[in-house]
Amino acid sequence: MEFFQNLLGADAGLAVWTVLKIVAIVGPMMGAVAYLTLAERKVIGYMQIRIGPNRVGPKGLLQPIADGIKLMLKEIVLPAKANKTLFLVGPILSIAPALAAWAVVPFMPKLVLANIDASLLYIMAVTSIGVYGVIVAGWASNSKYAFLGAMRSAAQIVSYEIAMGFALVGVLMLSGSLNLVEIVNQQGQGLAGGSVFSWNWLPLFPMFLVYLISGVAETNRAPFDVAEGESEIVAGFHVEYSGMAFAVFFLAEYANMILIASMTALMFLGGWLSPLPASVPVLGESGFHWLAIKAAFILFCFLWFRATFPRYRYDQIMRLGWKVFIPVTLVWLVVVGFWMMSPYTLWK
Amino acid sequence: MSFQAFVFYVLSAILVFAGVRVITAKNPVHAALFLVLAFFTASGHWLLLQSEFLAISLVLVYVGAVMVLFLFVVMMLDIDFEQLREGFWRNLPVAGTVAAIMVAEMVLILTSPESNLNGFKEPAALAADYSNVKDLGRQIYTTYLYPFELAAVLLLLAIVAAIALTMRKRKDTKWVDPAEQVKVRRNDRVRMIQMAAEPRVEDRGGDTNNDNAAA
Repeated sequence: MEFFQNLLGADAGLAVWTVLKIVAIVGPMMGAVAYLTLAERKVIGYMQIRIGPNRVGPKGLLQPIADGIKLMLKEIVLPAKANKTLFLVGPILSIAPALAAWAVVPFMPKLVLANIDASLLYIMAVTSIGVYGVIVAGWASNSKYAFLGAMRSAAQIVSYEIAMGFALVGVLMLSGSLNLVEIVNQQGQGLAGGSVFSWNWLPLFPMFLVYLISGVAETNRAPFDVAEGESEIVAGFHVEYSGMAFAVFFLAEYANMILIASMTALMFLGGWLSPLPASVPVLGESGFHWLAIKAAFILFCFLWFRATFPRYRYDQIMRLGWKVFIPVTLVWLVVVGFWMMSPYTLWK
Repeated sequence: MSFQAFVFYVLSAILVFAGVRVITAKNPVHAALFLVLAFFTASGHWLLLQSEFLAISLVLVYVGAVMVLFLFVVMMLDIDFEQLREGFWRNLPVAGTVAAIMVAEMVLILTSPESNLNGFKEPAALAADYSNVKDLGRQIYTTYLYPFELAAVLLLLAIVAAIALTMRKRKDTKWVDPAEQVKVRRNDRVRMIQMAAEPRVEDRGGDTNNDNAAA
């Protein structure tokens, strides 16, 4: 940073340095998104006793690049009766929050773009904007299928956001902070010397499950993918999109998946902390690789769910969100509150 | 002009533009989306006032939840624009009078010496470890406990009222009770019957007819 500030002056140097950091986050993120699509096809393929893509490059490893080039070269069809501006704004509204949320995600205690005080709240606020991409796209397409998809998605995302928010309230009660770095650091103390048993998933187990399942619902993934529901409403909100405009929705969905997986790892699975106590040599040291392993495991679960479960019926989705998840989290909030105030508290 | 002032004027320009478009946009969906933009920009103003908690909760509550439901309803409206524009000239004098009175009131309040707008100082710079959230929480749960609880009860009342207003049990609605569904066992729905196999019918009339036709 000093180098740029000396070269360009204090303000411009800071701006250039920040842009470089953003590129350093978004670049690998896009790579991860591309290879997550390959991983999805491979994992589901093997689960269904198929091989999956294996033609492009060695063992099909260049498949995502071929897909990307194909989508970029395809024509973007604008439907004649569509609302042109909003039709093009839709994908942007979808991807912008998915990327903006990464501004406050810490990868290591010092490795974070903006270590702000209310980072948890920021992520909740920014991810809640993502639903506009789906709604605007569905409405602007001027197609019944797209509109039905948008309606379903709006109702679903708003419902599950509440349960998700309550699950996060439990996390911030235990850590006493809205800052993600402090939330992770707090999990390094307590039972069993900062090992796997002192992370938040154990005392907050119901909330951990609620957050994980709501995360699947928030990203419109199977078995909650009624917004796309190809067997009922063709492809839902993005049925009229083609080429790069469609690819942007695709990128946003996978970027959101990686975000939810990282957030679950940070808030419930100890982030960059090692599952072994710090006293164990080498393996007990914390590091970015632990966060990556945990996030990758949760992403694998996302793919696993998709290969395993049939799609929920719409009324079942709503019932699960409102009548199961919200009461469960509310009850557990009270339990945790009493636990923290009782003599048996683990959090001082 | 300092950087803060520059940001303030840019945000204000966007906010005023969005606010004007909310009432001038012909399409109600566009109007709702401009309102979203207005909320989002207003949260930028709150950030400039160093109240990041309120700024983020404005986005979370109004942009993330309220306006989504608003848009949800507005998108499904079937609006006849001709009908909307019909009474414009007829209602203009009344609307203009109301607007003029409101503007006059606002100008009087804002320019009067009693409101002392120039007396407001810039917010003092806060310490680096100052936590907006903690301070707000402490204020709400100590000094302003009763007003806060009252507001909470009011909100609860609104929730209960909204549900009570819309929960009319229609007799012709079809719905399933998941508890009943789960309780169902195989024996309630399926009956297994053991029966002897039917004896085979030897010579069928149809077959012989076909044979004759072929011959």
